[in-house]
Amino acid sequence: MPAARVTLIRIFYALALLLAVLVLNFSLMHLAPGDVADTISQSMGGADAEVLERIRIDYGLDQPFLVQLGRYIGNVLHFDLGYSFFYNQSVTSLILERLPATLLLVVSAQVLALVVGVVLGVVSARRPNGMLSHFVTFLALFGYSAPVFWTGILLLIAFSLKIPLFPVAGMQDITVTGGFFAHAWDILRHLVLPMITLASIFLALYSRLARATMMEVLGSDYVRTAKAKGLSQRDVVYKHALKNALSPVITLAGLQFSAVVSGAVLVETVFSWPGLGTLAFQSIIARDTPTILGILFFSALVVIVGNLLTDFALRLVDPRLGGRR
Amino acid sequence: MTEPLLKVENLRIELKLRDGVAPVIDDLSFELMPGESLSFVGESGCGKSMTALAIMGLLPEGIGRIASGKLIFDGEDLTTASEARLRQIRGNEISMIFQEPMTSLNPVITVGEQIAEVLRTHQGLSRKAAWDQAAELLDAVRIPNPRSRVSDYPFQMSGGQRQRVMIAIALACKPKILIADEPTTALDVTVQAQIFDLLRDLRAQTGTSIIMITHDMGAVAEMAERMIVMYAGRKAEIGPVDQIIDHARHPYTQGLISCVPHIMSDLTETREELTEVPGIVPSLREFGRDQCLFASRCKYRSGECLQHRPPAKGFGNGQISDCWHAEAL
Ligand SMILES: Nc1ncnc2c1ncn2[C@@H]1O[C@H](COP(=O)(O)OP(=O)(O)OP(=O)(O)O)[C@@H](O)[C@H]1O
Ligand SMILES: [Mg+2]
Repeated sequence: MPAARVTLIRIFYALALLLAVLVLNFSLMHLAPGDVADTISQSMGGADAEVLERIRIDYGLDQPFLVQLGRYIGNVLHFDLGYSFFYNQSVTSLILERLPATLLLVVSAQVLALVVGVVLGVVSARRPNGMLSHFVTFLALFGYSAPVFWTGILLLIAFSLKIPLFPVAGMQDITVTGGFFAHAWDILRHLVLPMITLASIFLALYSRLARATMMEVLGSDYVRTAKAKGLSQRDVVYKHALKNALSPVITLAGLQFSAVVSGAVLVETVFSWPGLGTLAFQSIIARDTPTILGILFFSALVVIVGNLLTDFALRLVDPRLGGRR
Repeated sequence: MTEPLLKVENLRIELKLRDGVAPVIDDLSFELMPGESLSFVGESGCGKSMTALAIMGLLPEGIGRIASGKLIFDGEDLTTASEARLRQIRGNEISMIFQEPMTSLNPVITVGEQIAEVLRTHQGLSRKAAWDQAAELLDAVRIPNPRSRVSDYPFQMSGGQRQRVMIAIALACKPKILIADEPTTALDVTVQAQIFDLLRDLRAQTGTSIIMITHDMGAVAEMAERMIVMYAGRKAEIGPVDQIIDHARHPYTQGLISCVPHIMSDLTETREELTEVPGIVPSLREFGRDQCLFASRCKYRSGECLQHRPPAKGFGNGQISDCWHAEAL
């Protein structure tokens, strides 16, 4: 199948999935007790049944479920996710304000986990009984079984309080002045601990898989052929073997993307990272339905885009999937 | 007399098994002359591939090793050569084609690049020159439209075409020795014949010596001047192919030959019923014993066969047989 057609089909499925997510989210929120009227009345310091009723009519909450759903989807198509009465701000602008922080955290953690995971996997696969190989096994077990918030708090105690290398919380230090680079450096310093915390789980997964596939690939017939050609160690490992070992790791990374996003909620909360995760946490407590729906929608969007990218990346490393020519 | 190109002297290859060490190749000696074609035959598991891998210096790491003996190539002992020196030789002076064309090529690299990289590595060719020559090599192994097929991936080719690509890779640097390990076992019969034709023609053009490993006595008769019959890690018989087919001096060789209907019919004009060698090959663990390992399956078995490993007995025509009863056969 030509690559362009495959791409179109993928995008079509992605859109259909997004629509399904919208319907599901809205239905779930509809079923949950409490609605916007409650939020508004709370922010007014309480209201009687009559006022509540008027608010419901004003906001169309008295309409049948399907009408409300249709109106919601129509609005979303116009990038209107509603208004948060808790934050007194439109949900779209609220989310767009927080999205970059989350994207930065999620993408950098995912990249860190992938790069370090693959490197550890490759190096340890070359010496399956070496020290490093045992270290990877240990790391995998540890990273996978330790809860994120625990790892996070541990890192906080170690590297912010005992050895104050990194800031404790937030994303930026308002006292920092200077140009772009000063700010970038400041954000980077804040990013290190949350990024490592979030990456740790996935690093464990990826390094173990990379080690296993790499060991399998290094024993394959075509790697033997590469050696029989008299190629250098470097060409054998990084050109012939690694290229084949990457596909499973990329596939796993794609599947884990949603887990990384949900992991980000916890990590953001631990490190007060001003992203969608902390926003989600606060708005759930405040029962801010429009914001929750908006965040759910955006998380789904991030995951779907992540999966699309994974698909393209896979096509790049494996010609059998038909990405080229 | 010319010097042999490759001299294998008392080669012993040991494999590490779960419960000890077993000699997969035990005291193997033979010589390969420049331009000569030598065949290895023997049942599955008798150590043919291990011999080939040992010559390439590619025994499975941590499992197989050369325990003793010498591999003298062009006056240089490969068993003591450095890894860097072996890399210079591999794919350049000694090449190998493997048993499995479907899995021996890298699935995610174009066939052109898989050929070109050998040329760049050993002959220092530029990218462009190596790529052009890759197309020429595809043409030489008779793949149609070589100019467009260089950028194909292996999955876009049939098994026969992939084996042709392997041959192109192996012959790219005009090696002195080509080791072909059952190059046609995985292919269907018509393709087998084409591959043998190709190898024969290329050999006539280049003068490369060939070590051909096969199960196929018919292929041996067509391709090789001399043959070595292996049994359970040991040499059973060696000699000129026509002499051995005419008068095998080892009961195992006789059994092998009688398994092949068309050779027999050529020789005797009668189509005897297909026989097979009865019994099974001893397991790796029994390989080191001081006795004739074929004895349990042999109808000529006598007392000494079970007590001592048979010595090599030479005959005037160049045949050598490791059998206590060689003269009587
Ligand atoms: N990686 C390995 N680990 C352990 N044993 C092995 C390994 N590779 C081969 N062997 C054993 O070594 C022996 C010789 O194997 P080899 O591959 O040389 O046989 P062969 O003569 O080439 O057989 P075939 O005709 O099936 O290719 C066999 O008994 C096999 O089981
Ligand atoms: Mg074999």
